[in-house]
Amino acid sequence: MSAVGAPASPGAVRRSESSSSWRLSDRIGLGFAWLLGLLFCAVAVSIVIYLLIQGVRYVRPSLLVTSPSAGYTQSETGGFLDPMIGTLIVALLAMAIAMPVGIATAVWLSEFARPAGLARVAESTVEMLAGTPSIVLALFGTIIFESPALGFLSQTSGGIVFGRSFFAAGAMLSLVALPLVVSTVREGLQAIPTHVREASYAVGKSKIATTRRVLLPAARPSVITGAMLGVGRVIGDTAIIVVLLGATLNLEGVGGVPLLGTLRGTGSTLTSYIYDNAPTGDYNQPNKAYAAAFVLLVIVLALNAGVDVFARRAKELRWG
Amino acid sequence: MGLSNPPPVRWLTGSAAPAATLREPQIAGQHGNGNGRSPAHGFVATPRRVAPASFAIDRMQVEDLSVSYGSKLAVDSVSFPIRQGEVLALIGPSGCGKTTLLRSLNRLTELTRTASLTGRITLDGIDIAAMEPTSLRRRVTMVFQQPNPFPMSVFDNVAYVLREQARRRPKRAALRAAVHEALARAGLLDEVSDNLDHPALRLSGGQQQRLCIARALAADPEVLLLDEPCSALDPQSTKVIEDLIVKLREEVAVVIVTHNLQQAYRIADHVAFMYLGELVEYGGVKGIFGAAREARTREYVSGAFG
Repeated sequence: MSAVGAPASPGAVRRSESSSSWRLSDRIGLGFAWLLGLLFCAVAVSIVIYLLIQGVRYVRPSLLVTSPSAGYTQSETGGFLDPMIGTLIVALLAMAIAMPVGIATAVWLSEFARPAGLARVAESTVEMLAGTPSIVLALFGTIIFESPALGFLSQTSGGIVFGRSFFAAGAMLSLVALPLVVSTVREGLQAIPTHVREASYAVGKSKIATTRRVLLPAARPSVITGAMLGVGRVIGDTAIIVVLLGATLNLEGVGGVPLLGTLRGTGSTLTSYIYDNAPTGDYNQPNKAYAAAFVLLVIVLALNAGVDVFARRAKELRWG
Repeated sequence: MGLSNPPPVRWLTGSAAPAATLREPQIAGQHGNGNGRSPAHGFVATPRRVAPASFAIDRMQVEDLSVSYGSKLAVDSVSFPIRQGEVLALIGPSGCGKTTLLRSLNRLTELTRTASLTGRITLDGIDIAAMEPTSLRRRVTMVFQQPNPFPMSVFDNVAYVLREQARRRPKRAALRAAVHEALARAGLLDEVSDNLDHPALRLSGGQQQRLCIARALAADPEVLLLDEPCSALDPQSTKVIEDLIVKLREEVAVVIVTHNLQQAYRIADHVAFMYLGELVEYGGVKGIFGAAREARTREYVSGAFG
């Protein structure tokens, strides 16, 4: 702001509008905007740098390939292989539900949306879901998955359904990802100009053929972006994992069937591992917590970078 | 290239006596006389690049058509014929109902929820209201103002039209000949034959628009509707597309909406001048631009308004 009012040297080209003609209050407002923007950047950057430093200090390749185990010292308690596998499983389960449901909802809301009343209800349901804290979803999940009818999705002993399993956590986590998938895909569909749809109708194509063969392919970058945003949210969620995945650090399968047993059983994810190993957690091993947090952060940052790439690609091929 | 789709004989004979609903001035004799008389009323005419139509067969009849959006009347009891062998240009200022009229010819107006339509449009004597919209739109296809190839390869853009609804079949090899033919009819094959697999959205604007024409031709329509197809293009691309339109008029009946009066003069055989939803005048191109009967037409083509 020091250059305000300084006379432009002759011949120099002013590239941008000078704020010297602005009212004082506008200039103060602009200054505030700059200050707050820089402040937020500083906060974000310091979180990332702090975790990177802590992570680099504590991450050992061995941590990534050993399972957690009981022990008295940090060298005896193993790594976080199981939580990483757990994160992968819940992400896959949640997205396996959220993607088809989310894409279908987005297509219906964007292209069909009749009757209008039902569309409004669906829309506010999705919005409500987006605003619901995940701990509330977790609580609701315990009621659903402890019901005897869904006993086959977790373990049962003496007629009591345990209600905590990868299935339970994945299903409720899909509700966390769903609003993101719906809104991203819907925005992608609505960004397609009307004349593109009409061009398809105008060569005798039905609405369903247009949706399937023109609109969904056109919205593919948005679908991928929605999936990445959804995964980012799912693997970062802690409340549903703590409440619905059970408290075991290791994958504890149920029954003899290999994969199904694991999914019906309990385990942990990187977030619950961090939660338990944080200085305030049950196990209090901050070094392990930092190492796991570092891994989680790297995954989430990679997903965000992927989102950027696809958002740019989506802009590249556009109609004039 | 010839007629890919020979019309039934009864329409050949029928064309000798145009429908009684026509408000066509008797200017047919002016068509071929080529006396070089420059049009009056200040319209600066470039020489027509186009030889007069050698034949004309009635394909569509618009009879007393009115279209309204809610309570707003967009097209007010309009009647005229659409002929194969000729290019029909719809001209008029913005908001005069040209595009609405064009869209009602293949029932795209139905996509607008508030639109309602009275009157009758026939295609080869059959009321289009009685047809399945998808089969009507395969016979009366449309090209839009903005080039809008689908986000797929050049080949698939055309193959999409040839395949049945949402199917993936028939496969590529079975469609190759038909895709090549459509691209050739649109004058695009030579430019894209080496990269049929490239994304269509990477083509230049003029090529994209010709791809859209190829797509519209792939359905083998009787009537081709063009909604200001050159308004987003540069003069070179415009010339290529105009030449193409004139070439196509023998294979399909062509209706073009245009804001560009010179373009209408260059390529049209008949011109319909619309104003505020009404069809003010329908007639041969020399008549409209040289000796219009209606004062409003004379004023419009001389640039007094619009």
